[in-house]
Amino acid sequence: MLVPALKLLAVIVGLAFALGLLGVVVFLAVALARMLGITILQWRDLISIDRWTEVFMTIGRNKLRTALTTISVAWGIFVLVFLLGLGRGLDNGMRKSFARDATNGVWVNANKTSVAHGGYDVGRKIMFENRDYDRAKRVAGIEHISGQHFIGGSRWGGLVTKRGGKANTFNVNAVHPEAFRLGAHEMVAGRFLSEADIIGRRKAVVIGRPVAQFLFDGDSPIGEWIVTAGVPFQVVGVFSDPAGNEEERQMYIPVTTAQLAFNGANKLGVLQFTVGNAGPDEAQAIIDTVVGQLAERHQFSPEDRQAIRVHNNVEQFARFQKLFWMISAFVLVIGLGTLAAGVVGVSNIMMIAVKERTKEIGVRKALGATPRSIVFMIIQESVFLTGIAGLLGLSAGVGCLELVGRLDNEFILHPGIDLATGLAATVFLVIAGALAGYFPARAAAKVNPIHALRDQ
Amino acid sequence: MLRLDKVNKYYRVGTHSLHVLRDVELEVADGEFVAIMGASGSGKSTLLNILGILDDYDSGEYWLGDTLIRSLSEAKAANYRNRFIGFVFQSFNLLPFKTALENVALPLYYQGVTRRKRNQIATQYLERVGLRDWAEHLPSEMSGGQKQRVAIARSLIGKPRLILADEPTGALDSETSKQIMDLLSEIHRTGITVLVVTHDPEVAIRTQRTIRLRDGKVVGAHEASLSNPGMPVAVP
Repeated sequence: MLVPALKLLAVIVGLAFALGLLGVVVFLAVALARMLGITILQWRDLISIDRWTEVFMTIGRNKLRTALTTISVAWGIFVLVFLLGLGRGLDNGMRKSFARDATNGVWVNANKTSVAHGGYDVGRKIMFENRDYDRAKRVAGIEHISGQHFIGGSRWGGLVTKRGGKANTFNVNAVHPEAFRLGAHEMVAGRFLSEADIIGRRKAVVIGRPVAQFLFDGDSPIGEWIVTAGVPFQVVGVFSDPAGNEEERQMYIPVTTAQLAFNGANKLGVLQFTVGNAGPDEAQAIIDTVVGQLAERHQFSPEDRQAIRVHNNVEQFARFQKLFWMISAFVLVIGLGTLAAGVVGVSNIMMIAVKERTKEIGVRKALGATPRSIVFMIIQESVFLTGIAGLLGLSAGVGCLELVGRLDNEFILHPGIDLATGLAATVFLVIAGALAGYFPARAAAKVNPIHALRDQ
Repeated sequence: MLRLDKVNKYYRVGTHSLHVLRDVELEVADGEFVAIMGASGSGKSTLLNILGILDDYDSGEYWLGDTLIRSLSEAKAANYRNRFIGFVFQSFNLLPFKTALENVALPLYYQGVTRRKRNQIATQYLERVGLRDWAEHLPSEMSGGQKQRVAIARSLIGKPRLILADEPTGALDSETSKQIMDLLSEIHRTGITVLVVTHDPEVAIRTQRTIRLRDGKVVGAHEASLSNPGMPVAVP
């Protein structure tokens, strides 16, 4: 009951705000023109009741024209705003789908060689070691880095974890503390793994929320012991993840502890790191350095795409961003095109109106109307019509985006336009309105009073 | 008041030009009441347009008071029209969507007079033409004579020194024509120069002097005053 009323109020307030904005924009435009030495209009013209009476009168006299104009411009701005907002929603949706991993993350996985190199045959299995991690850590540009040891050589295999009478299989990741930075985990209790855990090869474990729920059933798990693959670990933290269950049914233990406890020697299967704010090219340079080091130490060709597999989020993300940028540009072109069609329509209709009003304009000129006052009369009318119509379209667009936002769709998240876009649209409308009015206004100013008055 | 000195006007029609006004010499004193007569095609409309600063001419000089009216910018011409000249047209040319009061007040709008003051003055002028009670009526609700009265009130409101009336009675019956001419005479008596373009001798005879145009030339300007015996020459 109350909520729709509030919504309506919000829309009205928004509309009033937008109108105010329109006023401010016109004010600024006139002030700017003034500074440049062009007097577009007298200040008194803008606040003149007479001016507005004239505008309202012509608008009222041509209801069909007013309606057509309003619809065409409102539709244009509606399409523009709606598509832009939808584009924003898609963008947000993409970002969310990326949120499970750092968008600046790089994963370097050890694999098998496919090119004979340094006297070794094809098909040799590469395996990283702790020394590779130590060396890569010193590469400039790397922000956070972690190795990962695959327990028992298994990449995805879970391990049975027990506590009391409960037992289940969860993925166990043996990592360095900075692995935390490569995902989107959030600690809900305790802490993540620490450097001290690594050095001391402590039997510490960080578990996901559903794991804690399953094993502890609501009791606080911090400081409690669980048994994973027969080895007891003490729970030091619980995390959650925005991506949900899949990412939360995980456990993290120190990589060094895993190597010791599960006969892993000094082996690492993956080096994963983030590259800060590096762009795609810089990221590639960093990757090349790391891969170069690895190629040198493990005697495989740096050109061998199979020896190690690199998953580069920076590049992927950049590619997606480019795609979305293209979608946005496309949307902008379509929207502006629609709007331009609307504006041309307004201009045409105004032109017809000027033709209809030839006599009136002639009389006004005979009575002392200057060309400027005629031009301004037409432009004011056009800007006003376009502005009002545009704000209607804007409100409709924002309203529809609000509705779409309520649909629970995984591809579209929080569609909407920001203040800057709204502002830009408003400025654009005023300019469009002025442009739409300009040519008819010029035609009006050129009306020859002699012919107009003779036209009987 | 106004003086034309060897004014020529050509209209270009395709490759050749039409000589519409040929060395027109004309002088109208302050406070005169003058008729301009001529057959259609004699150039009287063109002359009126030049006198009304609605059109420019090709050679010669047109003095309005102490001002040479020649190649004015549109804005300046508009300003002079607004301040010096009042127009009365055959078809009244009232704005159909404005009331009588608003129509009368329109020239003051272009002078930048405030709305209140405008309406106040316009009411006075409507009263002068006997249409005070019709202030809120639209032109469509009025008779031809009433419309022309409104138009005359509108021509007067800017306190012009010259009224240019283009066939002011052309669309009216003879009785109403007479009333309109009475009104113009009355205006003339207040000291305003009035120029009437007409082809109706009944109208011309009510003025002090008639200027005849033929083929773009002024003819018989000197004896013209004799043709209007009923009208004494005004003493300024």
